[in-house]
Amino acid sequence: MAIREFAERGADLELVGIQKRFPGFTAIENLDLKIPAGSFFALLGPSGCGKTTTLRLVAGLEEPTQGRILIGGSDVTSTRAHERPVNTVFQSYALFPHMTIIENVAFGLKRRKIADPMAKAHEALKLVELDHIAQRKPQQLSGGQQQRVALARAIVNRPALLLLDEPLGALDLKLRRQMQLELKAIQEEVGLTFLHVTHDQEEAMTMADTVAVMNKGAIEQMGAPEELYELPRTAFVANFLGQSNLFTGQVVSTTADAITVESAGARIVVPAARAQRHQGEVTVGVRPEKVSLHREAPAADANRNVLAPGRVVDVSFSGVSTQYLVEIPGHGTVMVFAQNIGFGPVAGLGSEVWISWAVEHGFGLEDGPDETRFQDDASTTSLAALHREALVSELEEH
Amino acid sequence: MAFAAFSTAEAQPQAQRKRSPIALFLLLPGIAYLVLFFLTPLVSLILTSLQAPSEFGDIGVYDYAFNWQNYVDVVTLYWPHILRSFGYALVATIAALVISYPLAYFIGVKARRWPLLQSLMLVLVIAPFFISFLLRTLAWKQILSDESFIITSLKALSLMAPDAHFTGTPFAVIFGLTYNFIPFMTLPLYTTLERLDVRYLEAGSDLYANPFHVFRKVTIPLSMPGIVAGTLLTFIPAAGDYVNASRDFLGGPDTQMMGNVIEANFLVLLNYPAAAALSIILMAAILVLVGIYVKRSGTEDLL
Ligand SMILES: Nc1ncnc2c1ncn2[C@@H]1O[C@H](COP(=O)(O)OP(=O)(O)OP(=O)(O)O)[C@@H](O)[C@H]1O
Ligand SMILES: [Mg+2]
Repeated sequence: MAIREFAERGADLELVGIQKRFPGFTAIENLDLKIPAGSFFALLGPSGCGKTTTLRLVAGLEEPTQGRILIGGSDVTSTRAHERPVNTVFQSYALFPHMTIIENVAFGLKRRKIADPMAKAHEALKLVELDHIAQRKPQQLSGGQQQRVALARAIVNRPALLLLDEPLGALDLKLRRQMQLELKAIQEEVGLTFLHVTHDQEEAMTMADTVAVMNKGAIEQMGAPEELYELPRTAFVANFLGQSNLFTGQVVSTTADAITVESAGARIVVPAARAQRHQGEVTVGVRPEKVSLHREAPAADANRNVLAPGRVVDVSFSGVSTQYLVEIPGHGTVMVFAQNIGFGPVAGLGSEVWISWAVEHGFGLEDGPDETRFQDDASTTSLAALHREALVSELEEH
Repeated sequence: MAFAAFSTAEAQPQAQRKRSPIALFLLLPGIAYLVLFFLTPLVSLILTSLQAPSEFGDIGVYDYAFNWQNYVDVVTLYWPHILRSFGYALVATIAALVISYPLAYFIGVKARRWPLLQSLMLVLVIAPFFISFLLRTLAWKQILSDESFIITSLKALSLMAPDAHFTGTPFAVIFGLTYNFIPFMTLPLYTTLERLDVRYLEAGSDLYANPFHVFRKVTIPLSMPGIVAGTLLTFIPAAGDYVNASRDFLGGPDTQMMGNVIEANFLVLLNYPAAAALSIILMAAILVLVGIYVKRSGTEDLL
């Protein structure tokens, strides 16, 4: 019962209590996920956290050990892959080497006996700007071109649910930006549902309606990009999505509106509504761009948290902003991003500074900062993160 | 001397060094081998095939000539054998392919998770080679002879007519050919299927192809190099085979193939020109068929 027509609109996807065990390894613990029809959903996570496995389960290429998968309200858990209204852009592209590019793109259309497959395939190739090499074989294409063909081969089918496994990873920045817009336009035009796996958090945040951060086979947090960024619930999310300054300490007082945490002698106030836990040892944090630098001790202000004087150990100018690393005794290194509104740096290397941030910008986490270790160090993102960490610690040493 | 040779080689510019005679020198044994053991007999065979009977000689004595008539004679006389050879070889090749493909697919794809099972099954495929091909064919002759348990049982169960035979029939010869050449089909199929990337099959099913379509549109084209190699390795020796069809083995008077006729002409009738002409025809026909086949199967860019 192949699906003979293009999807009218996207279908919603629901994963209920999914568990996937490979021999000797549990890739997905317990996954519950609901993606509304017509939404652009991004799945972010470090390498090996189970993103590809999730997509394979949805596509029907892998069977869940436990749990159910519903597409458009109907249970497809035991439906074969070719009968699901789903297409995948594979991480490995998987273009058929014995077919030309155009044959690759027309493959799905022909199987579904859709009228005029060749014309539609050419249209899809034009969309990814590769119509001029329609007669070539995949081996004669560059990695980025192959990736675009893989994209065309999937979207030409207009499936109710499109699964994209890092579909833009091999493209240069300009082309990636262009493809992002293209993808977004296609998704909105027909109202298809996109499940997009990416390593690129900026891509996830700019394109998606909803972002889910996955770690070790489970969703850590899910929500609108702003929500996730402004109010991360776990240390993993706080550090995986952007950067954060984290401080750990005991809760010393709680009011209806705020909790106060004492960390290395300093008192940090966080709105109660923005804190996950209200007693015991908690970790609180603030985003680097919310932090201000002061050359002199700022006047006491109940609405601002101030940390004891520290020393600027690194200044790096990056055009729109300047990034400062401030070493504060007892708190470690705090990162501050300051917009370049005036001329020159606010504070020079080695100068004594105070830092402060508005109470309403702080957030309190569910867990502690030591759980942020990457499980797997093979992915580009975690490698980049490790590299960044190494750079930061190197900078700290100097 | 050796040092001198090295130093001059090193002194030469890069471009010239590429054309150094060393490569040619290394090819020499191969070329010599080909000239000696392939070209010489071939030329001799062609010359023999054109010989004419000696004017006043005995049987089996011939003179060099340009007697094209030999070819016309053998074709008029032996065309049934020529057709039979290619017919039997074709049927045996198809049978071997049909039997081998699922086997090779199982060993190469399905059994990937159990390497031990894979090796065990491969050993079983190769195992018959440990016993002489003649002995094995003779054994089959005994197993399938009229007095054998199998045939008498079949007759007792009325599954075979009481006066029917198995040995000596075309079926027996094709059975023998299939049996003897099956490893030559299975092994090349296995080597391609073993490298088959199942992600292409998954992509096929993701693009709405049911298992049958995936097999026809993806698996078969991707295993074409193995299919071509296997069918060639089976068809070529099967077409020239003279053991299975021989009356001493599984054949009978009506199942004689080209190999048997060539043998008879060379060794019994002492008609060397006819035997040589038949050999050349066999060789040329195989070359032409193989050429067409390789071209049609379009495997040039997969190989
Ligand atoms: N067939 C399998 N057998 C055993 N383990 C597997 C299998 N497939 C995946 N895994 C494991 O499951 C985990 C999740 O793999 P998955 O491919 O989903 O990661 P991912 O999140 O897509 O990573 P990446 O970002 O690097 O693509 C990995 O640790 C992987 O080693
Ligand atoms: Mg992956």
